[in-house]
Amino acid sequence: MTMPFYVSPEQVMKDRADYARKGIARGKSLVAISAADGVVIVAENPSRTLYKVSEIYDRIAFAGVGKYNEFEMLRIAGVRQADLKGYAFSREDVNARALANAYAQTLGQVFTHEMKPYEVEILVAQAGASPADDELFHILYDGTVMDEEGATVLGGQADAIAEALHAQYRADINRDDAIRLGAAVLAGAEGVPLTAAQLEVAFLDRAKERRSFGRVRGADLETILGASPS
Amino acid sequence: MNDSPLPFFASGSDPGASFHDLLRRVAPEAAPNTGDMSSAMPEILHGTTVVAIRFAGGVVMAGDRRATAGMAIASRRIEKVFPADDFSGIAIAGAAGPAVEMVRLFQTQLEHYEKIEGEQLTLEGKANQLALLVRTNLPAAMQGFVVVPLFAGFDHRRDRGRVFSFDVTGGKYEETDFQTNGSGGVHARNWIKAQWSEDLTRDGGVDLALRALFAAADEDAATGGPDLVRRIFPTVAVIDGAGYTPVPDDEIATRAESALGGREEGAGL
Repeated sequence: MTMPFYVSPEQVMKDRADYARKGIARGKSLVAISAADGVVIVAENPSRTLYKVSEIYDRIAFAGVGKYNEFEMLRIAGVRQADLKGYAFSREDVNARALANAYAQTLGQVFTHEMKPYEVEILVAQAGASPADDELFHILYDGTVMDEEGATVLGGQADAIAEALHAQYRADINRDDAIRLGAAVLAGAEGVPLTAAQLEVAFLDRAKERRSFGRVRGADLETILGASPS
Repeated sequence: MNDSPLPFFASGSDPGASFHDLLRRVAPEAAPNTGDMSSAMPEILHGTTVVAIRFAGGVVMAGDRRATAGMAIASRRIEKVFPADDFSGIAIAGAAGPAVEMVRLFQTQLEHYEKIEGEQLTLEGKANQLALLVRTNLPAAMQGFVVVPLFAGFDHRRDRGRVFSFDVTGGKYEETDFQTNGSGGVHARNWIKAQWSEDLTRDGGVDLALRALFAAADEDAATGGPDLVRRIFPTVAVIDGAGYTPVPDDEIATRAESALGGREEGAGL
C-alpha cells in the first residue's frame, strides 16, 4: 500500500491560486470606468461573437476575463438568478450586491472543494443615479470580493494597467473619453491605442429607465476612437 | 456546485434559454398554476375587447379599459395592451388574473432568451413561445379561466407588421391583416372588415381601432367606450420599424372625439 505524501494546506492553496492566476494571465484584460453618463466597460477582445461583457439586468452588467467557458457559465447563472428574482419580486429588487455575493460564494466553493479552481476574474457593475452611486464588484478566482471605486482593471497585467488608468481617471469623465482612456491603457505603456476591431465596448446608460445595457461597436466605435479628447 | 446560491444544472436538466422551464425547476410555486381549480368558481375579473390591425408600416394594437366580474363592472381603468419587447406587443382578453400573469411571464421569457442567447427571437419564434404559454394554461381554461391573447409585432426580416391569434389549446394562427378578441370582438371585427384597406396609414389605423372599439362598446355590455367625463380612453400602441410606442392619451382623446364626430355622427354608429 502506498502512502500519500503529506502536503500542507498552505501549499495546496498556493498551488491552486498559482494555477488560477496563470490561466487568467494568459488572457487579455478589461477595464471598467464609472463615467458621468454611465458605466463604461472596455475589453480587449478580437471576437465579434464571443462576448466578455454582457447584460445581466436593467442596470447591471457582467464582465469576465480568463477561461471563456467558465465565466460564460457564471454569466448564465447570473442572468437566471436576476430574472428569477425580478419575476418573483420586482425589477427594482434585483441588485448587484446580492449577485456579487452569490458569485463570491460560488467561486469560493469551487476554489476549495473542486478538482481545479476557476481560471476567471469577474466584474459585476451596476449603474446608479450618479457616478458616486455606481457599484463595481471585482471578484477573484478564490471568491475574494473587492468593492471598487471609480475604475477597475481585470486580467493578467492588471497592475500596470491600473496604474495608468488611475493616473488619468477623473470622476467627471464622459462616456467617449472613458472609451478612449480604456483603449489607451489596455494597449500598455508604450503600445499604440487599440483599434475598434480589437475592442469590445459596452455601456450602462444612466439616462435609460429600464434596460440600460448597450454595446458600442462598428462605425460608432471607430468615430469615438478617432475623435480627439473633449 | 450543489452548494452554490446560483442556479446551476447538470447537462441533462439544463433549461437552456427558457425562463418558463427555469421557473418550473427552481420555483414551481411561482410558475402559473396549471393544477385543478375548484369547480365552485368565485366571480373572477374578465377583460374584454382588444384589436390588432396591420397598416402599411406596422401594426396598431388597442384595447378598451373595462373589466367585468359577472354583471358588475370591476374596473374602468384596466390595461389590456402591453409591450412584449421592443418590437412586439401582446393584448389580452379573458380571465384577467391568469392573463396578466401570462403577460409578465412572456415578457420575462423574451428578455431572458435575448440575454442568454445574445440575440432576439424572430417574431415567429416569439409567437410560438406565447402559444406554449397558452397551452400550459389549458387545464385552467377548461375550468373557465380562459386566456386568449393577440400577439402582433414588426418583422424586420419581412419589413412588415404581423398579427397572430391563439385558441385555448395553444393553436397559433397568423392573420393576414387584422384580428380582434374578447366579448365585443365580433362587433369590432365587422367594423374593421368594412373599413380596412391595404394602404392604411398609421393615423388611419389608430382611428380605425378607436372606431372599432366604440362599435364594440355600443353593442357589448362588457366593453367600455371612451369615457369623456372621467377622461378614460382606450389603450392604443403602434408597433413599427422604430419599435413599440404607446399612443399618448392626449392624441387618443383628440382622435376619439373627432372620430366619433360629436353627438349626431356618433349616434349613427
